Amino acid sequence: MTSDDRWKEIASSEEFKQLVRAKIRIIVPATLFFIVYYFALPLLVGYAPQLMERKVLGKVNLAYVFALSQFFVAWAIAALYLRAAARFDAMAKKITDSEEKR
Amino acid sequence: MIALVMFLIFVGTTLAITYWASRRSTGTTAYFAANRKITAWQNGFAVAGDYMSAASFLGIAGIIAFQGYDGFMYSVGWLVAYLTVLLIVAEPLRNVGKYTMADVLAYRLSPRPVRAMASLSTLVVSTFYMIAQMVGAGTLVAVLLQGIGYNTAVAGVGILMVVYVVFGGMLATTWVQIVKAILLMGGTVVLSVLVLAHFDFSFGNFFDAVSHVTYTEGGKQVVRDFLQPGLRFKPPYGALDLISLGMALILGTAGLPHILVRFYTVPDAKTARISVVWAMALIGSFYIMTTFLGFGAATIVGRDTIAVNGGTNMSAPLLAKALGGEVFFGFISAIAFATILAVVAGLTISASMSFSHDFYTNVIHRGVERKRGEEVFVARIAAFVVGAVAILVAILLGPTANVAFLVALAFAVAASANLPVIVLSLFWRRFNTAGAVVGLATGLTASLVLILIGPGIMGASRALFPLENPGILSIPIGFIGAIAGTLLTREPRAEQKFDELFVRATTGLGAEH
Repeated sequence: MTSDDRWKEIASSEEFKQLVRAKIRIIVPATLFFIVYYFALPLLVGYAPQLMERKVLGKVNLAYVFALSQFFVAWAIAALYLRAAARFDAMAKKITDSEEKR
Repeated sequence: MIALVMFLIFVGTTLAITYWASRRSTGTTAYFAANRKITAWQNGFAVAGDYMSAASFLGIAGIIAFQGYDGFMYSVGWLVAYLTVLLIVAEPLRNVGKYTMADVLAYRLSPRPVRAMASLSTLVVSTFYMIAQMVGAGTLVAVLLQGIGYNTAVAGVGILMVVYVVFGGMLATTWVQIVKAILLMGGTVVLSVLVLAHFDFSFGNFFDAVSHVTYTEGGKQVVRDFLQPGLRFKPPYGALDLISLGMALILGTAGLPHILVRFYTVPDAKTARISVVWAMALIGSFYIMTTFLGFGAATIVGRDTIAVNGGTNMSAPLLAKALGGEVFFGFISAIAFATILAVVAGLTISASMSFSHDFYTNVIHRGVERKRGEEVFVARIAAFVVGAVAILVAILLGPTANVAFLVALAFAVAASANLPVIVLSLFWRRFNTAGAVVGLATGLTASLVLILIGPGIMGASRALFPLENPGILSIPIGFIGAIAGTLLTREPRAEQKFDELFVRATTGLGAEH
């Protein structure tokens, strides 16, 4: 079992810090982006109804197109994260492997 | 008749699964976490099956059929919410915990107080959500299967969910959810294709019809564009309610105990992550198709017809009847039952696990199992009790009870009490026991009080709090409670142990296998 001090050493190791920085660089912007993009929908629908009722594709209005786009944006963010996470896995594996060898 | 036959086939299949699972569910990890051997796609289907309740299949189709675009706003939130699960919660939770949401909190905080509070919050979310589903189930069965009364239906659903959970544990519950997700997706695809076929596979024709839906309102014929927002969320508070709903969905989903425990059934964090993406593919496709279900019901069946044939919740089944006749009506109705059963089974197992693992073993007996298998034994009894209570309350409330507020309440508590403390315990070194207890308590209380004095219970004109969804106020209260409680006290041990938790959450070192 890993001891208290050992956890501290890993936490302050360069490898671990790099992993954390790599994660933050992806997860924080992705989270901020999806929150802004998502809440733009109720805000615009609630406070700018004239704009959102504008027809953009035949009878289909901007409100529906924007709502539908949310699905594809969410999927795109998930796909991008999945790719980035493969890199995190490799970095994490280095740390856990060298730990299990000790 | 056909509905009854199809329903019996589903019940027979799921009981066979339960029997198969019961022979493999020996030992605590087998019973609580299916031996952590569920694969990514399986867990993705199970998460989707656990999540897409009768409220989404029947409720959303109904809201879109009656109030158009505004109903689709729910659909959007229910998918986007999974980004919170994917990016922030699923992997650290899998790496740190063992069986329940409270495991994450107890890792570096004082286990007895935080587990007691987290268990209370889990039981509140699960039982309220379950009662809403059971009342819905009872009402539906009474309409769909002539001759079976409300009480019989509620008792039947309750007994089945207890059987799945008590005998089959997490493995049976998982497979019931997978089967249900496959059925639900299949039924929804067929129904959507039939709707499009009705409009000669022309999106132009479809949206033309949606843009002038005719129905009777206050004795007069009206024609409305159903793509236009504002038919449900009306001024003066509609816009705020919409934002508040969005907050509860986006933050609440990642705090729903029955969803979180699913991530303990897979071998590692990577599988948990891929399973969330599977779930997002299914859940997203399903909610996009609510466009065809809801608007299809509005244009092909019509509001007036639905209103005199069982009301909003019958929109999807009536659409199936109009497009595919009695057989398809029976098929869609059977899927509706399957949907309810899978969700209540998931709720029952997460509630009973939390009672047994968090409250009984760790709070009362300080983490020591006095006899081998005691934890599973207590969980089985708890599942039985939870089921009996849910049946009783659903019967006492009766078929006419307004249960929509119970669903809003479950999401509000998950977002205001559970999510803040999960996130803070994972990412804030200074966070401590007082913060967790105060955060859970204030988030839970704020949600309960604001729902009690809101329009769902007091009526729109007398309500002291004008919004149906309390999230916009209760979520900040939960966070403030957690932060204030933390800052008022110091807990060096919790801060020291943060490194261990953070390394484990980030790398998976030491995670349960």
